Amino acid sequence: MASAGPARREQSTPSLRRTFSWQRTREQFIQGGLFCCALLSIVTTLSIIYVLVTEAIVSLPPDTSFFQEIGLVEFFSETRWTPQYAEEQRHYGILPLLCGTLLITGISGLIGLPAGLMIAIYLSEYATPRTRSLCKPMLELLAGIPTIVYGYFALKVLTPFFIVPVFKHTFGLSVGGFNALAGGIVVGIMIIPMVASLSEDVLRAVPNSLREAGYALGSTKFDVSAKIVVPSALSGILASFLLALSRSIGETMAVAIASTGQPALTLNPLDAIQTMTIFIVNVMQGEVVAGSTLEKSLYAVALVLFIITLGMNMVSQMVLARYREVYQ
Amino acid sequence: MNLHDDFYERKLVLRHRLGQAFEWLCRLTTWLSMGLLAVLLLGIGRQAWGWLTFGFLTRGNSYIAEEAGIVAGLCGSLWLIGLTAIMAVPLGVGAAVYLEEYARPTRLTKLIQLNISNLAGVPSIVYGILGFTVFVRMFGLRDRPEKFVCSLGFVEFSFELPLGRVVVSGAATLTLLSLPVIIIAAQEALRAVPASLRHASLALGATKWQTVRHQVLPAALPGILTGVILALSRALGETAPLLVLGAAAQLSVVPGRIAGITDALTHPGKLVQAPFDQFTAIPLQIYSWVSDSSRGFEHVSAAGIVVLLVVLVLMNGTAIFIRQRFQKKIRW
Repeated sequence: MASAGPARREQSTPSLRRTFSWQRTREQFIQGGLFCCALLSIVTTLSIIYVLVTEAIVSLPPDTSFFQEIGLVEFFSETRWTPQYAEEQRHYGILPLLCGTLLITGISGLIGLPAGLMIAIYLSEYATPRTRSLCKPMLELLAGIPTIVYGYFALKVLTPFFIVPVFKHTFGLSVGGFNALAGGIVVGIMIIPMVASLSEDVLRAVPNSLREAGYALGSTKFDVSAKIVVPSALSGILASFLLALSRSIGETMAVAIASTGQPALTLNPLDAIQTMTIFIVNVMQGEVVAGSTLEKSLYAVALVLFIITLGMNMVSQMVLARYREVYQ
Repeated sequence: MNLHDDFYERKLVLRHRLGQAFEWLCRLTTWLSMGLLAVLLLGIGRQAWGWLTFGFLTRGNSYIAEEAGIVAGLCGSLWLIGLTAIMAVPLGVGAAVYLEEYARPTRLTKLIQLNISNLAGVPSIVYGILGFTVFVRMFGLRDRPEKFVCSLGFVEFSFELPLGRVVVSGAATLTLLSLPVIIIAAQEALRAVPASLRHASLALGATKWQTVRHQVLPAALPGILTGVILALSRALGETAPLLVLGAAAQLSVVPGRIAGITDALTHPGKLVQAPFDQFTAIPLQIYSWVSDSSRGFEHVSAAGIVVLLVVLVLMNGTAIFIRQRFQKKIRW
């Protein structure tokens, strides 16, 4: 049998011979087409990078890019962001926008991350299958609500009926109709479903043998959940936190509706602020002169936003992928 | 010894109490967030009560709260989602089929896979910037838009290059935005089809594509459809990318100026022209109403939100219906 070389075999089974056939051509065409569909995602990424980089970092000779006009040092050290002001008063320092984004992300993290993790622990360790089957769709519903609805909720319900009565009337602090707190709270609510479902997957992937070992050593249910399950799923949980935080960094509408103000270097949650996303939306609502520094500043801000969120996403994807390998 | 036992007992009681407190805390958080959902919906429903009339659904936008309507946004959103579906579904399912059925685990495949999950996390506003540069401005190809007239034999339509702020630009942007989500969902659906089905088909002499086309895709269809509808309903609620494209939030006419179903049937040219017309969308209209602080507009925006949520619920309901109905039919 082994002595029958390839030539013999082709002779005996003519269908294996690589002759021209319409069938095979068609198959190859289809495979090529499908491959192009898959390649489109790479093209999308490359074009995002191309668009942002050509406007912000390097551009073809007749045009100048943003960082050729404004130095990197000024961009990251200047504390005023006033690209829409009159010519001589323009300053391009991204710190106020970063500060606003940090404030929103911080508040949302304080609310969304613990709440999401608690729900995940409850659903994976404590809840009965019936409760789970009730809660999961509700969480999906919460995740499916458009961000603009959260924005409306923050501006028209949360601020007038909760934040103003508590902070203005009880503590006598000054709160306006727009404040970072309302935006941060709703973004926090928004990331709860994401943290909950991602963390729950991670918690449920922890093998039962670990839990049983814990019980055998006399642990209570709390000991098992808090000292065995959560620590062994920690990397996955942190990855889900990172993913959620990157979402609140990129969140636009809820914040734009509830918190829009002047760019300011403040960490007071009762102030109106401006984030990177709010700036982009605000500028794009008016007419932007093509080729102006204002237009290029949009791309520079978008580039910073893209790099930050992409970095966070990549780290958490890598951690999640490794985590899956460990337990499966 | 006795003393030690006592100490242990007390500690155990404490530990159990701590455990119970923790359980209640977790339970409370869970139900609190569910309650929040109810508060959110009820609050908006209360604001919208009385303002959500038939007239609201059929009128164009207005500067007077009592006369504002959502028909332009509703039709704009339907056009957007329809065109997005036409573009995104074949591309997304095609990519998923390639990755699941054809691709060998090369470095390129891994790169594509990693890239797709990263793209799913890119903020939607960045897609808006991309769409603005690529579709609306076309890299500043021409200083002034140039008009082209195209004839399809029985109808004529005109479009400009660069495309400008038209429905197609919006739909193309939403396509790029929802592609990663669709691909991931379709991949999961394809992965759920048992390998035995493929083996049987291949063993009977079917080619790879015949196997995919006649065995794998039909079996995975309910899952794919569910994922597609969920991705599209997410795209429907997107505001930021459309806002960045510069779509007109205050527009009060329907794309193509189609007055009704009979008008669309008697003037098919309008249907072809509509994708190249200016547009607004439900979330954009809501945003412009929310930003309007004059009296009455908080009710109008709430009514708009209810319309948006109803459309979303209808879409999600369809997805659940499909999942329930087809899952029963298939038995491996």
